[in-house]
Amino acid sequence: MSRWAIEAQDLCKRFGSFLAVDRLSLCIPHGCVFGLLGPNGAGKSTTIKMLTTLAAPTSGSARVAGYDVSTEAVQVRRRIGYVPQQQSADPDLTGFENLLVFARLYGIIEQRRARIVEALELMDLADAKDRLVRHYSGGMVRRLEIAQSMLNDPEVLFMDEPTIGLDPLARHTVWERVAKLRETHGTTIFLTTHYMDEAAALCGIVAFMNTGKILDSGPPHELTAKYGSGATLDDVFIRLTGQPLAKSGTHA
Amino acid sequence: MTGISSPLPREAQHAPSVLRNLRVLLTQIAAIADSEIQKLRHDPVELFTRVIQPVLWLLLFGQVFGRVSGIPTGGIPYQSYLVPGILAQSVLFIAIFYGISAIWERDLGILYKYMMSPAPRGALVLGKAISAGIRGLSQAVMVYLIALMLGIHLRHDALALLGVVGIITVGAAIFSTFSLIIACIVKTRERFMGIGQVLTMPLFFASNAIYPIALMPPWLRVMAAGNPLTYQVDALRALMLPGYHLAFSIQTNIAVQAGTLVVLIAVAAKLYPSILD
Repeated sequence: MSRWAIEAQDLCKRFGSFLAVDRLSLCIPHGCVFGLLGPNGAGKSTTIKMLTTLAAPTSGSARVAGYDVSTEAVQVRRRIGYVPQQQSADPDLTGFENLLVFARLYGIIEQRRARIVEALELMDLADAKDRLVRHYSGGMVRRLEIAQSMLNDPEVLFMDEPTIGLDPLARHTVWERVAKLRETHGTTIFLTTHYMDEAAALCGIVAFMNTGKILDSGPPHELTAKYGSGATLDDVFIRLTGQPLAKSGTHA
Repeated sequence: MTGISSPLPREAQHAPSVLRNLRVLLTQIAAIADSEIQKLRHDPVELFTRVIQPVLWLLLFGQVFGRVSGIPTGGIPYQSYLVPGILAQSVLFIAIFYGISAIWERDLGILYKYMMSPAPRGALVLGKAISAGIRGLSQAVMVYLIALMLGIHLRHDALALLGVVGIITVGAAIFSTFSLIIACIVKTRERFMGIGQVLTMPLFFASNAIYPIALMPPWLRVMAAGNPLTYQVDALRALMLPGYHLAFSIQTNIAVQAGTLVVLIAVAAKLYPSILD
């Protein structure tokens, strides 16, 4: 097994003349919850797209779960899960059927039904499994997506703003489930968020990103201590990115 | 490990074997096709609304043109001659707009997750093509029922029905995959709708769906000969109408359709990820 769950070396992504990600390097240990924080347009989602093999890096390299994202994309895909920023369950299928599609796409054959039911139970959706997703609340859709992302027992789970648009109760439920997933499965979790309280509650390591570059990183308590006594992650965000959260909006 | 505990260790789940790989591939293809069946099961209204168009063609167009003498149908009543053409047309109309569902799935974010799965792109495309075939088959059931109500005699032997299932599935797969390629190129619903409309009519009229190729001017005959719909209609007529003689050989019909499908699937599998850009 590779020493790191995720390692990137000088990763760059260019769109025309715009450099979205600029020589990003990082190493994330196994079983860590890593938070990538930064304002809109910082390059967080583009970074996730490269690490999940959806976008080819312009230069640099990255390995996820021990495999190269450019040359061993299928091996990477087998070992990762993904919860996108946008709620993306199929509204015309039931919760169970949504999971069935992905269980099949991931080539899960043995005990497929049992695994789906287990994932639904873990996300408290067993009672709603036969309901069309169009009748789910936002929080339920999010939990369904997390259940779906767990089906292949991923080594690394990518979550792009997993609690965006959710009410506080639903957000806390998602936090609980993410923490449980890491505890029970040892899954490495790579998440982006605009909520600093979320990052502080969930993440073992955070990194602040702006204009495609990582500006600083470390355990949340170390970072807050570094930026002054009594500082919060909000303060670190403002110091590093030069803008208050309100200005940065809620979409990456 | 608790919770979603794998019955097999992570690495063992990926143990390769030819038979297992084939089973996984078929499962991946079935994933997309089956989801479409479930959607139709949840909301079958579409199946009934889609039947209106073929009914109008057969009842209005068929009855009026049935009175025109001089259409060389080989001795087959015109309304009967029209049934396979209208079936192929209704399948074409469903399939040619199929690409828009891929644009919708991309906008919903579902397609990103499909692309991030280890399923080969070709399996995703083929699953989509088969699901178009399933919708096409539901259309065939409706057209057979209409023909029955109109008193049109069609072949009902098992071999013929099996052949119709095959031709409809392949025909829908061809045009839905073509549609997917267009969606990958144009990328937006608005542009797609415009192009879909532009393509449908020439594909329909430059074929033998409602009149034999023999009636066409030479330049249109060339177009019709390059149109996969022509071969589908020819094969369908042989499989549905007693006494119809194929205009093209069976080998030509199969070769054109299989070849077209393989090429289109290969192109679509290559282009599919670009719909996300």
